[in-house]
This record gives sequence, C-alpha cells and structure tokens, in this order.
Amino acid sequence: MPQKLVVIGNGMAPGRALEKLFELAPDAYEVTIFNAEPRVNYDRIMLSPVLSGEKTYEEIVIHGDGWYVERGITLYKGHKVVEIDRATKTITSEHGAAAPYDKLIIATGSLPIVIPVPGHDLAGVLTYRDLDDVHAMLLAAKHGGRAVVIGGGLLGLEAAAGLKEQGMDVTVLHLMPTLMERQLDVAAGHLLQKAVEARGIRVITKANTKALIGSDIRLGPAHVTAVELDDGTVLPADIVVMAVGIRPNAGLAKAAALDVKRGIVVDAGMATSDPDIYALGECAEVEGQVFGLVAPLYEMANVLAARLAGDTTAVFQPSATATKLKVTGINLFSAGDFAEAKDREEIVLRDAARNVYRRLVLQNDRLIGAVLFGDTSEGAWFFDHIRRKTDIAGLRETLIFGASFASGGAGDPTAAVAALADDAEICGCNGVCKGTITSSITKLGLATLDDVRAHTKASASCGSCTGLVEQLLKLSLGDTYNPAAIQPMCGCTHHGHDDVRRLIVAQGLKSIPDVMQALEWRTSNGCAKCRPALNYYLIASWPGEYADDSQSRFINERVHANIQKDGTFSVVPRMWGGLTSASELRAIADIVDKFKIPTVKVTGGQRIDMLGVKKEDLPAVWADLGKAGMVSGAAYAKGLRTVKTCVGSDWCRFGTQDSTGLGVKIEKFMWGSWTPAKVKMAVSGCPRNCAEATCKDVGVICVESGYDIHFAGAAGLDIKGTEVLGHVATEPEAIEVIAALVQLYREQGRYLERIYKWARRVGVETIRAQVLDDPERRRTLAERFVYSQKFAQVDPWAERAGGKDRHEFRPLADLTRAEAAE
Amino acid sequence: MTMIDKAWLDIGALADIPRQGARVIRTPHGCIAVFRTDDDAVFAIDDKCPHKGGPLSQGIVHDRAVTCPLHNWVISLETGEAQGADVGEVRTHRVRAEAGRLLLDATTLLDKAEP
Repeated sequence: MPQKLVVIGNGMAPGRALEKLFELAPDAYEVTIFNAEPRVNYDRIMLSPVLSGEKTYEEIVIHGDGWYVERGITLYKGHKVVEIDRATKTITSEHGAAAPYDKLIIATGSLPIVIPVPGHDLAGVLTYRDLDDVHAMLLAAKHGGRAVVIGGGLLGLEAAAGLKEQGMDVTVLHLMPTLMERQLDVAAGHLLQKAVEARGIRVITKANTKALIGSDIRLGPAHVTAVELDDGTVLPADIVVMAVGIRPNAGLAKAAALDVKRGIVVDAGMATSDPDIYALGECAEVEGQVFGLVAPLYEMANVLAARLAGDTTAVFQPSATATKLKVTGINLFSAGDFAEAKDREEIVLRDAARNVYRRLVLQNDRLIGAVLFGDTSEGAWFFDHIRRKTDIAGLRETLIFGASFASGGAGDPTAAVAALADDAEICGCNGVCKGTITSSITKLGLATLDDVRAHTKASASCGSCTGLVEQLLKLSLGDTYNPAAIQPMCGCTHHGHDDVRRLIVAQGLKSIPDVMQALEWRTSNGCAKCRPALNYYLIASWPGEYADDSQSRFINERVHANIQKDGTFSVVPRMWGGLTSASELRAIADIVDKFKIPTVKVTGGQRIDMLGVKKEDLPAVWADLGKAGMVSGAAYAKGLRTVKTCVGSDWCRFGTQDSTGLGVKIEKFMWGSWTPAKVKMAVSGCPRNCAEATCKDVGVICVESGYDIHFAGAAGLDIKGTEVLGHVATEPEAIEVIAALVQLYREQGRYLERIYKWARRVGVETIRAQVLDDPERRRTLAERFVYSQKFAQVDPWAERAGGKDRHEFRPLADLTRAEAAE
Repeated sequence: MTMIDKAWLDIGALADIPRQGARVIRTPHGCIAVFRTDDDAVFAIDDKCPHKGGPLSQGIVHDRAVTCPLHNWVISLETGEAQGADVGEVRTHRVRAEAGRLLLDATTLLDKAEP
C-alpha cells in the first residue's frame, strides 16, 4: 500500500525531487501536487529568454502533462494551498480541494520583494518571478512605451534586456552606485553598465525610488504613469518592474506552527520541525542559509528523494555555486564567495580594449571566488578549483590567465575544456561532471547537444554550460561535430525548423530563394529535405501571395498521385465522409476497364484506390473521374486526407448525432488545405466509436449533449490514443474548434511532424488554451484557416486533366521509334 | 548505324524541361532522364536508381544532384554516383544545350547500350 505523498508547489526543486524519487522508489508513494500556478513544471531560469523572445514557453517546459500521467501523479493546477492541518494530516486548497498525506513536502518557493513605496499597488507595477509576470510584461511591451526596471541585479538586468528586445524604451534604476555590486567591484560594475547602455538601456545608479505615480482615478482604474525619485526626478513609465530581490515564501508553514525563521527551518535531511513534513527549495532554510540558485536546490531535491526512498544517510551540504547573466551578448560569470574581507586577497586582470575583466578571490592559497566579465570561457576551470579547494600556491602567478595558459593552448576554449579533470563539474544545475558527459558521448554515440541533454541532463536547465557541453562534443567527436548545427532543418542550414518559420514571417521572406539568401543557406538551392519544408512554410505563411514551387515538392504532390515501387501511380478519388454512389462506382469500374488498371482496393480511410496506373494515363483517368463528379482525394498530400465516418443517427440505433453529415461537412470545409504532415480525421456517432476516431489526428465522438473533440492520436509507426481537446454543444462550434486546431498546427507544426508529435512538443494544455478556452483566439485562428482555404480549394486533377503541367506526364522524346525508323 | 554515329540527336527544347526538373527520353534500352538545373546546365543519366530502380526523373533536383523519390538516395548528375554513405552508380550520357535545343550524344548512347 503506497503512502500518500502530497507536494505543495510545482517548481523546479520538487520537480527534480519527484523525478529522482520515481527513479529510486517508483511504487513507494501515491503523489498529489498542488500548484498555485495553473501549469506544469517549467524552467524558471529560462524566463529571461522567453521575455526576450529567444525561447517560447513550450521550449522551457520540464515536465509536460504526460509526465504526470505516466507516473499516476494527481496534479492540481491553479490550486493554492491555504491550510495545513497537522492534527488530521490534511491540506486544503483555496478551491476547497482537500488531500490527506502521510508525508508532506512544502516547496512554496519565494516571493518577489515589493518595495512598499506609495503607488506600489498600481496597475502596471509588476514583479519578475513567474510566467504570468513575463506574459504581463510581453503584453505591456506590445504597445511599446516606457518601462522602468527597479533593481540592477541579475534579474533586473535580464528583465531590462528582454523588455528592450521587445521594443520598449527601458530605464534601470539601481540604489547602489554600481550595478550588481554584490558580484562586481566598482570597475567591473562600470564595464557592465557600459555594456548595458550600449544596448540602448538607460541606467541610473544611486536612484532611490520615492513614489510611483498613478493616473487620475476619475479616468478609470489607476495605472502607473511615472516613477518619482527622492532627488525629485520624475521618469515617465507605462510599466514598472520591481526586481529587487526575493524572500522565502514561508507563510503557510508559519501558519501551521512549523519552525520558521527567514525560511522554513529544515535539518540536513530536509525535514522540518514536524518529521512528516519536509521543505525544500527557496522556501527552506538550512543552517541559517537560504538559497536561490538552482544547483543547491537540485542538491536538496536529491537529498529529499533519497530520504523519502528510505536512505537516512543522505545529507544536504551547501557548496559553492556559480551563476551567469543571461543577456545575449553580455558575458558575465560569477562563482563562489567574492565579498571582500581582511584575510582575503584578490588577483585582478583588466584588458580595457577587449572589455575583459577577471577577479579572483583567494584565501589561504585557495581560490574561493571568481568573477569574469567579457570572456567567460574559463569559468568552469576556475569554478572547478573553487569546488575542489585546490592548493593554488604553485599556480598563483599564472592562475588569472586560466586553463588555456596553464595547458599552453593560449585562448583556445577547447583546450580549456580539455584541461578539465574527468570529475570536474560541467553542469552545475544538474551536477553532471565532464567524465559522465564524455563517456555518454562515446558509449551511446551521442552526436548533438539535444542528445547530451536527453541522456545526461547536462545543459538541460539554465543552459549556461551549453558552450562547455558543445566543446566536449567537439573534443569527443572532432570535426564531425558542428556546434552551430543543433537540430538544423538539414545539412543546408544551421537554422532549425522553428527559427526558419519565425524568420520567414519576421523578415517577410516570400520565396525559397529569398529564404535561402536571407538565412544564408550553405547550398545553392537546398536539398530534398529543406525545399519541400520551405515550400510548405511559405504556403502556410503567405496564403494567396506565395506561388507554389512544384519543383520543390515530392513527386506525389507534384503529380497528385502516389508513386508505387514500379514507378506507376495509384489514384484515390475523394468520397466525402466515405459516402459513394452507384454512378461513382460505375464510373470507377469503367475507368478500371478502360485503362486496364491491375488492382482496385478499399483503403483504411474508406476510399477506393486504383493501383498501377501508368503516369501518362493519369490526366485521362482524372478527366473521366471528373466527368463523374469526383475530385482528387489527396491521398498523396501532406494535407487533409480523409474524414472517416460511421452511419450515425441516420441509420444506427445507437447514433446520437448525424456523424456522417458532420464528417461530410468537415471534409468539404477542409479539403485542399496543406498541413505540415498528413491529417486524417474521423467522426463517430456514439461512444462505441465505429469510425475509430480515437486514433486519428483529429476525431469527433458524438454524444447526446454534443460533440467531444479529440486530437493527437496515431495508428502508424506509433500507436497512441487521442487526447480529449474538449466538449462543444453544436456542429458549428465543433467545426470552428477543428479549424482553429488545424490552423494552429499549420502555423506551429514542423514539416513532417504529425499532430501527435506537435502536441507532445508544445503541450496539449497550451493547445487547448488557444483553440478551446480562448474564444477570441479560436475565432482568429479559424478565420485565418478560412482565408487560406480560399486559395487552396482548387481540384488539382481537373487542372491537370485540362492541360496544366502537361510536361509532367509525357516523355520528352521517344527514341525507340527513331531506331525503328533506321 | 553509321548514319547516327557520332551524331547529336535533337531531343527537344531546353524550355520543355522546367528548371530544377527532368524529363524522360525513351530508348530501346530503357529510359534516360534529362535534367535541367537551376542555372540551366543539362545532364542525362539512366532513369533508374542504382538502389531499387526508382525513376530518378521524378526526384527533387538540387544543385547538381537528384534525390530519388523512392528512398531518398542522392545521385550526382555529373558522375552518376550515389552520394553520401550510399554506394552505387548509374550511367551518364552526354547531352548539351545549344540555341535553346537539347542535343544528346547518340554515340555514347549506342556504345553504352551494347551488351
């Protein structure tokens, strides 16, 4: 009988603890999580890249919905816990959900500090802590305008850079005379300030905020309009971001009468003053210390997981940590303890021309702290010495020049990494050392950064060691590793699919040559992998404007039939919703006789397939089919294939709705659309599901009260039941939701990525939020689909029967006759 | 035989083949695919992939190579050799474009066609 483990909070620390716990003792606990945020576990360290637009939320999700489902975890999203009743061992959420526990983990994280100046509660005053904050900032940034960021530390500067990147006019206010004074001395602080200002961000130091000024409340709810400093300066502001620090969120624990000082007091095994209650993460206090960086939090998570799995020896020992400023183009690395004190010495290197600054802090011939600005490639080497407490007496004279000097390979970053010992830590977040990475690369044949991330977790959290991991790949694989080419579309480019799609739209690229020119393709005209992908991306991005490039399509889509192994083709006419008639069947029979078509077969999608048609016969076959009213069934297309139906309420005694009619409507509405990969649909008239809608890309199950819409199923290489998107009451709603879903897929899917893979990548939840929960977004998506259909619904068979692309179907010359003549 | 020996056969107009495309010529010894690249260079090779005999004329043409539609082998139009890790070769034939016409070297065609 598994014990009940309840977790309050769903951040990175409990996420890691559960991950470890399920590795160590998969069946020991029945887990329930309460998350105040309405979402899954995501990588909070990566919020800055989301703000600056370099990443999307989907890319920073650590555990998708499936992760919880696979482990049988109950996850309450958007449930803030309001009470811990230690007497009955029960917790209660604000929505009234209650859960009993045997063991409880409190992982409530921290709260941003809000400076209690007048006006701090005005609309437009934000903090920088979670995805909602980022969304609020992105929303504000849409209108441009002015942003004031209070706080010139790591978070404040990252927020400022992100808002600047989003097009706002940004000012950073910092109370102290120089930026990041806790990490940098005065000189380095100035270098940093120069680098920040060079990005067009205004920096005001020694700025003490006196008040935030709001709009006139007679004009509606007060919104911040300006920041007033105590020297009288007034800075106009459309938004104000407070990024001055965090404090442990320990209120809930305090209310439950647990021992709380700055944070929730825990012992080295992460237990609070109640032995059945643990705390970890930013809310926990160990030996008087609280922690905010991910490495010690993950270390806590490992200890807690081990304890819960029965290992009573696991103890948490805080160790030195390193951090890196995540602003593209500004390199700043700091590690260990770099505060000044009497018994400490410093070694400083400055190279003003190169904007390089290094500061090492030494104590008793040990390196205890390091700050690097400008060139951070040696960060890992210094950090390694800090963690090992190496005696550096012998290295002292050249220590500041780093590993590349120590090993003689001046300035070569690969040499710096090569010089590291096998047990040197590369990924601080996940505690992965060099030896683990290099041996995984060799043993498992890993070739890309994503491979390494998947197998070792190195570089999978904050990403700041990405450069080091790439160097290790390079060291292990030699020239076969191209660090720039992480999951590129193909060998012709270093860009991945998502980047190419984004850039096509952002730069207004409207032809394949334009894309290749602007994105610096390495080949003169691409290859068979990238050209069809680009052709699709351009069609999807510029409906009505882009002229399809048939030479960039696979033969099947170029000639609108499916090539067979002997070079003949198969022909599948459309039968709407699987319905046919005597006249259609008669016409097909006649065509089969006339063109001596060897095989006729019924397909899995309720169609008739004529196989073995000679290429030169295709236009004539299509002409005859056209005369009988049939059009292309697109059985060859990365597009809408078939909508399979059952007979529904027309005939079936169980049918609840007109499933056949709905299938026909959907097919008539959606035929002709191009999609990243094929789309197969089905509509079943009742939950008995005779049309097998629950393994389709999109499926509808009719019920008495309306329509359950399913998607992301698969029944090919992979077998996967669908996910339920949601329920709607009427046919028009069902059609609108399906159009919105397919349009979102058309806009986000990577070429050849089926719906279920796309859904797995971006998250079912995210998709549902857009196409079901947000009616406005649903409507605009559906409208874009309808617009693109204007240009897509032309029967390609009729065109070709009429003479289009005639060259495709005839030989250029017939020399068999020439020789006969001779 | 001597009549067409060392002769260039006019097989059609350059414009009959789309850029980055191919057309087929039937011969008594099988089909030949004639390719036109993006920069109007022309090539002729047997229309039969060395892998499983796929019709190379139906493939996607990129630079001076074609990708077979059946299993994505990439064949050089210049040498007829399979690229990358695949090993195999198709026969090449001499073809040139002159004044908008396509001329195929009948000699190579006939010589090579002999068993």
